[in-house]
This record gives sequence, C-alpha cells and structure tokens, in this order.
Amino acid sequence: MSVSDPNHLNESEYVESVRRERKRSQYQSAILSVIGILGFLILWQLSLVTGLVNSRFLSSPIEVVSLFITKLTDPRPDGAVIGANIVSSLIVALSGFGLAIVIGIPLGLLMGWYKGIDSFLRPIFEIIRPIPPVSWIPLTIVWVGIGLQAKAMIVFFAAFVPCLINSYTGIRQTREVLINVAKTFGASDFTTFLKVGIPYSMTMTFAGVKVAIGNAWATLVAAEMLAASSGLGYMILMGRQFGRVDLVILGIAVIGLIGTLITIIINAVENKILGWRKL
Amino acid sequence: MSKAKGEYKVEVKNLTKYFGDLHVLDDISFNIKEGEFICVVGPTGCGKTTFLNLLTKIYEPTKGNLFIDGEPADPKKHNLSFVFQEPSSFPWLTVEENLRFGLEIKNVDKAEIDERVESIISLLGLERFRNSYPHQLSTSMAQRIIIGRAFVTDPDLLLMDEPYGQMDVKLRFYLEDEVIRLWQELGSTVVFITHNTEEAVYLAEKILILTNKPATIKEEVIVDLPRPRDVTSPEFVEIRKYVTDQIKWW
Repeated sequence: MSVSDPNHLNESEYVESVRRERKRSQYQSAILSVIGILGFLILWQLSLVTGLVNSRFLSSPIEVVSLFITKLTDPRPDGAVIGANIVSSLIVALSGFGLAIVIGIPLGLLMGWYKGIDSFLRPIFEIIRPIPPVSWIPLTIVWVGIGLQAKAMIVFFAAFVPCLINSYTGIRQTREVLINVAKTFGASDFTTFLKVGIPYSMTMTFAGVKVAIGNAWATLVAAEMLAASSGLGYMILMGRQFGRVDLVILGIAVIGLIGTLITIIINAVENKILGWRKL
Repeated sequence: MSKAKGEYKVEVKNLTKYFGDLHVLDDISFNIKEGEFICVVGPTGCGKTTFLNLLTKIYEPTKGNLFIDGEPADPKKHNLSFVFQEPSSFPWLTVEENLRFGLEIKNVDKAEIDERVESIISLLGLERFRNSYPHQLSTSMAQRIIIGRAFVTDPDLLLMDEPYGQMDVKLRFYLEDEVIRLWQELGSTVVFITHNTEEAVYLAEKILILTNKPATIKEEVIVDLPRPRDVTSPEFVEIRKYVTDQIKWW
C-alpha cells in the first residue's frame, strides 16, 4: 500500500518534482499576466499617441496616473480628494456587503436545511429576488435620505441574493451518505447541520460571496451616481458633468483595482477555509 | 430462537418494510451473539441495503424492531457504526479528523479519543497519512479509513454494506484479512452484506441467505472453518458451492 510513483521515485523525490513543476507553472503564469497588463496599457497609450482615438473621448494611462497623483491632495473639481472618495465608497460597499454576508448566508443555510423555514421564507424571497437592486433607490431616499444607510441598503439588496442562493443550494447538495454517517453515529439533526451540512456548503457559498462582491460594487456606483455627495461613483458623475474624461477613467480604474484587491482578500480567506481542496 | 432474552447482543424481530406498495422485507427475525461476525448474502436487488438501513434506523421499519441488549435500538443511545457502499469519508477532514469524527459526536472525552485513534492508526498502518485528506489517497486507502472510523467507536453493532464492491481481487483479500484482524482485536459484533459468496464464506461465522423480494431469511449457514481460511480447501469450496446454490440469482 504505497502512493503510486510511476517513475520509481521515492516519496520525497516525487513530492519535490511535483513541487518544482508547480512552481514553474506558477512563475510562467505570473509572467504572462504581467505581459498581458503591460501590453494592454501600451496599446492604450499608443492608440492615443498615434491619434487613432481622439483624446477628447479617452485620456491616456499616463494622464490618468498623473491625475491620480494630483487628486491625492487636490479636491477639485468634485470636492473631495481621491482618498476621501475611496474611503466613502468602501464604507458603503463593505457595510452593505458585510450585512449581506451576515444575514444572507445563515439564512440560506437554515432555509436549505430546515424544510419549515424554507416553506415559510422562500415565497417572500422569490418575490424580492428578481427586483433590480437600483429600483429600491427612490424608496430608500424617502426612507433614510441619501446618507450611508440608504446606499448601504441598496448594496445590501444586491449582495444579499447571491449569498443566500449559493449557501442554500450548497447545503441542499450535501451528500446523503455523509448525513447518514453522522446520523448512525447518533448525531442530532442540528449537529449534523453544523458538522456536515455547513462544511459541505462552503464551496458553493464562497462562489456566492464572490458574485456578491461584484454585485455590491456595481450597485454602489449606481447608487452614488443617483444619490450621493461623495464617493467614486459621485466623482465619475462629476467628471461627466465637467466634461473631464480623465476623471471618469480614473474613477473606473480605481473601482476596478479595489474590486481586484477585495477579490484577492476573499480568495485568501477561501484558501484558508477550503485549503483541503488544493492539497 | 427459543433462547431466553438477554443472551443475545442483537435481536431482530419480525422486521418488515414496505415502500408504498413495494414489499421489500418480509418478517425477518434472527439473533446475533456478542462478538459474532455475520454475513448476509442474497440475490441482487433483494433488499440487502434496505435491510441494513433498517438496522441503523436510517429508515423506520413498517413492522417489527431491532433490539440491542434487550432495548429498542437507537443511534443516540447505542453505539452503531456503518460502513457504506459508496465513499463516505468527509473530504474536508484529514485522515485523523475523519477517524475522530464518530467519537467526537458521541462526546467521548479527549484523552480517550486520542488513545483510541492512535491505536487504530497504528493497527491500520496509517501513520504517514494521518494529515492527508481523503482525496489525496487511493480509493482503497480511503475505504480503509472509513472502516477504521467505524471500528474506532467500539460499536455494539457494526454494519458493512459491500465495502469492497469496487476493489480488485488482490486488494479485496488484503482488506478482508484486515477486517478480520480488527474484528478479532476489538471483539466487535459485525453484520457484513455482500453479494460475493466467496467473501461471505471467507469472513463469516454465520451466513444469512436472503430470498428474492420480498426478502426473508431462507437459511442460516454456520461456517466453522478455522482461520486463516483457505479459499481452495475442499471444505471451503463445498460451503461456497452450497451457499451459491441457495442464492441462484442467475
């Protein structure tokens, strides 16, 4: 009974060779990614330098970077430095997103596991689910104004749905035989829920969280464009009003970069919890 | 069957199961002594798995019941273990955590768990793999962990549902010997379901032969060959042939 070793390597040699192989392919894909991004930026810059695209409609990456540096200290023209806009947007996005995780995931898990809760809540959820999150904007303005709460609420609606659906679907897919293992060991239904159902659902749940952060970010910008006095969405809107293409592009780029950063953080948490899949 | 109550570890009385109109099991009664190894054989699709699922209380019987030490069996009170036909290790737990799972559910205290899990790890020779995850191991290795997980709880009744259905002959012999070793070492009471008559004769002290649906016990065959058993000895072949003739599913 030994692990299979096709080339008659002993175990440590085999592990070493696999590790080397993996490292090499990681290195390769890192290089390719960097080339991809650089290539994109160069093409972008070239298209403007050569006059292929009119600079009234698009500003170059170099201009955007220099505007970013200026905006670090200069609140013009939209009224806030870039840092303040980022913080303002992040607070809204993360509070809505956090709330969606804290409420959506447990609710999804409970609905997926307990039939009664499912029958009780699912009809309401099915009605709320297809409503586009931005259609709540007028109502929330009436209810709570245009402050943090209003925007967080809209973001919450957008992020809540994928959190709930994925944890719900994930836990319902729990393999029957694993539930039976716990039951024959004498586990109560609640223990089985905790020790079998929840761990089983985590793969799907994390996929939902990633969709949710995307939705949250997208909705945030929409919310800020309609009802806000600061934030990245607001900055983009001001850029449009002042005819400042560079400001609009800066807003878009910053949103993209922060979204990527958040995804990296979520992936790290996922690797920590679902690390067993990769080994 | 006329023996006094309390003499048997497990008593199965008039076990009957209907799924809607489908009559799967018909009035099955038998007894198991403490530490006995019983094999259940029968034609394919005769309800062997249903029979096991009734014993573990995954399904409730339509009629009849299962008694352990004279009390109606209850997974919360009695110590039951089940080795399922399909892979059933928890993919998110390491080998060692999988082995601990049942004991933790039963709230055994930690020192006791450590000790029992250590001994089963060394009995199965799993030291190198204790921190591996099941998907990193071969199918047969993963199945051994499941068998270890079942034995480690020191069950009143251990049920095994064709655990070696997917294995080739060589592995099968190796794992069968391992089960025998664990059984002898730990003195568990085992009910082992198989459709392989050779396996049944190799393992069992007593073989229960089931009939076609609705299944009932056709015959009990006592196998009193010495261990380790030789599958080619005339006595072995004779019993195997007899059991096979009784099943005749082809």
